[in-house]
Amino acid sequence: MNCIITVLGKDKMGIIGKVCTLLSEKNVNILDISETIIKDYLNMIMIVDISNSAENFHQLAKSLSEAGKEIDVEIRIQLESIFDCMHRI
Amino acid sequence: MISTGEILETNSMIQNANLDVRTITMGISLLDCADADIDKFNEKIYNKITTKAKDLVKVGKDLEFELGIPIVNKRISVTPIAIAAAGCDTKDYISVAKTLDRAAKDVGVNFLGGFSALVHKGCTPSDKKLIDSIPQALAQTDLVCSSVNVGTSRNGIDMDVVKRMGQIIRETSESSVLGCAKLVVFCNAVEDNPFMAGAFHGVGEKDCVINVGVSGPGVVKKALEHVRGRDFETLCETIKKTAFKITRVGQLVAQEASRRLNVPFGIIDLSLAPTPAVGDSIAEIFQEMGLQEAGAPGTTAALAMLNDNVKKGGVMASSYVGGLSGAFIPVSEDSGMIEAAKMGALTIEKLEAMTCVCSVGLDMIAIPGDTSSATISGIIADEAAIGMINSKTTAVRLIPVPGKSVGDFVEFGGLLGYAPIMPVNRFKCDNFINRGGRIPAPIHSFKN
Repeated sequence: MNCIITVLGKDKMGIIGKVCTLLSEKNVNILDISETIIKDYLNMIMIVDISNSAENFHQLAKSLSEAGKEIDVEIRIQLESIFDCMHRI
Repeated sequence: MISTGEILETNSMIQNANLDVRTITMGISLLDCADADIDKFNEKIYNKITTKAKDLVKVGKDLEFELGIPIVNKRISVTPIAIAAAGCDTKDYISVAKTLDRAAKDVGVNFLGGFSALVHKGCTPSDKKLIDSIPQALAQTDLVCSSVNVGTSRNGIDMDVVKRMGQIIRETSESSVLGCAKLVVFCNAVEDNPFMAGAFHGVGEKDCVINVGVSGPGVVKKALEHVRGRDFETLCETIKKTAFKITRVGQLVAQEASRRLNVPFGIIDLSLAPTPAVGDSIAEIFQEMGLQEAGAPGTTAALAMLNDNVKKGGVMASSYVGGLSGAFIPVSEDSGMIEAAKMGALTIEKLEAMTCVCSVGLDMIAIPGDTSSATISGIIADEAAIGMINSKTTAVRLIPVPGKSVGDFVEFGGLLGYAPIMPVNRFKCDNFINRGGRIPAPIHSFKN
């Protein structure tokens, strides 16, 4: 099952590393990453597959949110289906 | 694979333009709860509602969390109580309203609709009992919503009921002003409407269904900001594309809710429903289209175009579209409408014209407390006539506020907002309303 993770916050060293390490620990496969930095603010979007994740969606969302708080960024995860339904016929 | 731009667009609609799913409404039939003993009937409806809807709020919250989009309300609609309770040996239906309220509270939904009667061609004794019970039923409950259908394009308008509803609205406001916000008088009521206060579960429906109401005036407004000064073709195309995207999200939520609750999917109601929040207003769409305020000349044309293109975009996006589907214009629930009414740009007469082309009618309008019941009935008759002749749903949700007059304000709170007391035409219609009887079916109803 594919999900979209968005990371928003002031850019600093180690954000991508922290998120990727966490996902790796939880056995979440990263399919795509893109990032833009506008005026020191990082906007990172990841498409991930959580089919083999050690945690279910709700647990993973909590883990990501807590990891985000540690480095002062906002991390959200959403099912890919909301984007698919809106942009694909 | 989904692109970054698409992800950002969707999330921006949610975070910056108030995109939400307004309601997941579970329709529940109470026809199999019939019992001559009112206590047994109440026990049966309580058990059925709390069994069918026990997971509704949880599933709604889960979907909200997983998809990252607010699902503002979880609601229930039931078979019109005047039908479901017709066999009960009782003087009134206040205990039924209280039971519905208790069931709604116990499953955690925001509102429950269906304290209703369909009386477009006259009242049964049960319909009369229900209508007489409305003022106290709404005063003694918090979540129960009531509706009465007084006319159809097929059958005409029952003017005896129109007269009675003028009295009932006044009695309701005297018992509880907020009660009037939970009471709507319809012509051509629809059986699968998920929106309150007019939701009920029609007798032609399945035992239990999931209907979803989408929203998103803010998203349309934001989209129109990008086509400022462009022609009407561009305007309409932009509304259509936006409505399509909004409705697709509603369709996804409806399908997922239906699957997880193991309840059949009914319809998507693709209405633009404003809230009192700034940036979630139909009036702001009019301003973006080029009108100084809602109510300015051109407003009816703007609303007609908006309503039509919301439908055109939305019907492509869902397998089953139903309910009211269009644009709502509830004055107290729309920050731009409140402002327009305050400054006199928007009057009841202009709103009446607008109801010819929008999805519903005169909605959430506060009027002076001394407005007579005959005048209220006259306004209901006008609105019902528009619905009957134009084969569309029209509705009246008027709130006479005791002790208040033009220039005062009334606060309802939450999604119901606040409203200035609007002036009502002071000339009388008593002799017209007192005639009694029915307005016959219009000529274009004879299609067989």
